[in-house]
Amino acid sequence: MEGAELAGKILSTWLTLVLGFILLPSVFGVSLGISEIYMKILVKTLEWATIRIEKGTPKESILKNSASVGIIQRDESPMEKGLSGLRGRDFELSDVFYFSKKGFEAIVEDEVTQRFSSEELVSWNLLTRTNVNFQYISPRLTMVWVLGVIVRYCVLLPLRVTLAFIGISLLVIGTTLVGQLPDSSLKNWLSELVHLTCCRICVRSLSGTIHYHNKQYRPQKGGICVANHTSPIDVLILTTDGCYAMVGQVHGGLMGIIQRAMVKACPHVWFERSEMKDRHLVTKRLKEHIADKKKLPILIFPEGTCINNTSVMMFKKGSFEIGGTIHPVAIKYNPQFGDAFWNSSKYNMVSYLLRMMTSWAIVCDVWYMPPMTREEGEDAVQFANRVKSAIAIQGGLTELPWDGGLKRAKVKDTLKEEQQKNYSKMIVGNGSLS
Amino acid sequence: MGSRSSHVAIPDADSIRRETGFSQASLLRLHHRFRALDRNKKGYLSRMDLQQIGALAVNPLGDRIIESFFPDGSQQVDFPGFVRVLAHFRPVEDEDTETQDPKKPEPLNSRRNKLHYAFQLYDLDGDGKISRHEMLQVLRLMVGVQVTEEQLENIADRTVQEADEDGDGAVSFVEFTKSLEKMDVEQKMSIRILK
Repeated sequence: MEGAELAGKILSTWLTLVLGFILLPSVFGVSLGISEIYMKILVKTLEWATIRIEKGTPKESILKNSASVGIIQRDESPMEKGLSGLRGRDFELSDVFYFSKKGFEAIVEDEVTQRFSSEELVSWNLLTRTNVNFQYISPRLTMVWVLGVIVRYCVLLPLRVTLAFIGISLLVIGTTLVGQLPDSSLKNWLSELVHLTCCRICVRSLSGTIHYHNKQYRPQKGGICVANHTSPIDVLILTTDGCYAMVGQVHGGLMGIIQRAMVKACPHVWFERSEMKDRHLVTKRLKEHIADKKKLPILIFPEGTCINNTSVMMFKKGSFEIGGTIHPVAIKYNPQFGDAFWNSSKYNMVSYLLRMMTSWAIVCDVWYMPPMTREEGEDAVQFANRVKSAIAIQGGLTELPWDGGLKRAKVKDTLKEEQQKNYSKMIVGNGSLS
Repeated sequence: MGSRSSHVAIPDADSIRRETGFSQASLLRLHHRFRALDRNKKGYLSRMDLQQIGALAVNPLGDRIIESFFPDGSQQVDFPGFVRVLAHFRPVEDEDTETQDPKKPEPLNSRRNKLHYAFQLYDLDGDGKISRHEMLQVLRLMVGVQVTEEQLENIADRTVQEADEDGDGAVSFVEFTKSLEKMDVEQKMSIRILK
């Protein structure tokens, strides 16, 4: 009996502390500075660890397999020059040399594959999962690492899980309650309050430190917000600073419950799986949404899939055909404190969340950018590329023309057809067939 | 933590090096690449792993190149097999042509072996001859739907006729080599790996 009473007492003190220090300030959007202190200690520790590691490693083992530097000497001559055989432009047996060489260059090195694995760190951050290159250095470092493991798994993890649980429950309950009210400005205000509070709680459950830049460009009502996509947490990060109408597929399970609750309080746009395939239907509904200037801005991730935050891949043109004002947002995570990339082929949602909650922290920068609209004579694809460049430059990411869908599916045949067309023009288009 | 190093030791590194002529540094880079392509850490590559490479999938000869990694109907290629095919594209160094020990097999990146690799890309059934039919099929791969059947047949006929010396309607490896005598094969079929 005594044990149970003691446990009960500890639990209740624990909960009151949590309530007082974390939950209440979230409601008012106030920070007590606890996380700042935590971050300062963390940064000092990691700096110390870096110095120790650098002192420890011998010079030669810095064999940087840096992904950005090319490892082969590329011959970037266009197809015509590369194919010039003995006779000029007609087909020859030797044409196969050019294509096979290009093929092998791609086999040895291609710029897409490396974007779907986590970014490698320059110096270790005391998490086993990022230990790719780093070797045993000293007992003191090992001690600090062990301490880190204890802190992360025994202190931070339970706290974070509690917070996440409270956050999600509050969200579901809150939005359902608010949904009972008739439509009015009070309802909107309450729904915003509930959304913001719960998002702040969830962000704290990940020890998130977010810097928002250029808040004057925050997306306005009736617009569309586009951002680069690294993980589902992107949504959380953006909604902590403003309310958005989300677009997506209806899921089952926990996500489904959350979705259904949220849509009661605030008009999100959820589609059934079958409806998602019908692009006209999707476009029509989104157009209706933004036509109503009172509705919240829509949040869309045009890449369509999670990329590892070192580059921005092709933006699908669908979001840019709807019209309206586009508010670009660039999100860049600091990999030093925790790897936010969700490799959906490697981890499912639950293990991903657990990894997030056992990292040091999630630190990221969010840059709001001035709104952009489609110009005269610009088609959706060009507009999409323009926005993509702007986001890449702002976030310090590289730009790639490839489709993020390459992660799962094969390359579209249209790209191959282009190559075939170019080649055909050369061997046939000249007319000399004899 | 512990002493996990970034390079997994390459099994049989020495024999692979002797067979292919790659330097230790190049082998390490290729091994790293092999592991990166092997997404599920199976220890070998399947056709699908290679098809995931975007730039290879849009290559008109992509399928033929991928097939060349899987000789004799195999479905998997391990690291030695992977490197053996890549060795065909190793640039010809001076040291390779100097000491031609007659007892040692010809290096994989010799002119003859490079030409043989290209020959294989055409020779679909591996019988040592490129028939008109095979030529047509490979041409079709390279041009897709852009060229009519008639035009393609003309091209195939012309090409086989020009190279065919003994009049059997097919191009053997010797005839293939002869018709490409003047071509700088060593330069066109080489990829230099930077140190």
